[in-house]
Amino acid sequence: MGKYIKFFIVGSVFGIVLVKSEAVSWYRIFEMFKFQSFHMYGIIGSAIATGVLLLAFSKMKKIKNIEGGLLKVSLKERGFTRYIIGGTIFGLGWALCGACPGPMYILLGTGVWPMLIVIAAALLGTYTYGLLKDKLPH
Amino acid sequence: MEFILQPWPWYVSGPCLAIVMYLLLYFGRTFGMSSNLRTLCAIGGAGKRTEFFKFDWKSQRWNLVVVLGAIFGGFIAHTFLSNPTAIDLSEATVKDLTAYGFNNVGQNLLPPELFSWDAVFSLKGILILTVGGFLVGFGTRYAGGCTSGHAITGLSSLQLPSLIAVIGFFLGGLIMIHLIYPILF
Repeated sequence: MGKYIKFFIVGSVFGIVLVKSEAVSWYRIFEMFKFQSFHMYGIIGSAIATGVLLLAFSKMKKIKNIEGGLLKVSLKERGFTRYIIGGTIFGLGWALCGACPGPMYILLGTGVWPMLIVIAAALLGTYTYGLLKDKLPH
Repeated sequence: MEFILQPWPWYVSGPCLAIVMYLLLYFGRTFGMSSNLRTLCAIGGAGKRTEFFKFDWKSQRWNLVVVLGAIFGGFIAHTFLSNPTAIDLSEATVKDLTAYGFNNVGQNLLPPELFSWDAVFSLKGILILTVGGFLVGFGTRYAGGCTSGHAITGLSSLQLPSLIAVIGFFLGGLIMIHLIYPILF
């Protein structure tokens, strides 16, 4: 139990930040894809900029994670097709229901019960991908 | 305290998200919300039929705890840390959505036109939520990550596959909002 508490706390911070930044709002996603406000671009851009700095600093200082290995991000497989097609399908859904996987859960916490339907549909989507995986171009 | 209760500006929120990512890396894990969908499929027994779900899901329990935390965080933020303030959307967005027939745009976190029970149990409403959710779940696994795994973690570590995926996210989003919404609404 004890070893899970830190993950619960990090998850809570994640949930609070996404609600307070309004990034969980359907309206903000619509506004972003309409290029009508800098808000979402500011969030994503400053997250990436901070992330780049933190990771570069860790690499330079050879910072270790708590399990003793080097703190680093595992590399994604090389490729193009799966990223562009999968990404586009994801984007279509993201813009339609206004929620990506993190906000789906977080919005449940804010009392939006219809998100259970979105999550169930997302589970079905993931399961369908698992079924079709070997038949799809990657 | 007043600062906490107001909506947080992007330059506070963005770096906080980077810190969330960094903490998970520091704990020897990774920041990826959509992986939980695969884990939940595995817990539900999907591994009996499909190789893709045959893995040791117990090793992913930490990530499900992150999800529980996220739900709790959403509850705390919404219940205790938010003045009932409207979302400060741009005028153009309010105008566009009003033209689509949305009322009181930005007065709630989500539009009642899509997420109230009345809307959810209309044919159009249920289709929007289920098709949207399905595409997110399918697309994220196909692309090997979502906004957290690709946009934040992947781009922070300067990975080309993540850049391609994020371009895809925007391509899909732009098609939906600019080409399909005018038909839907």
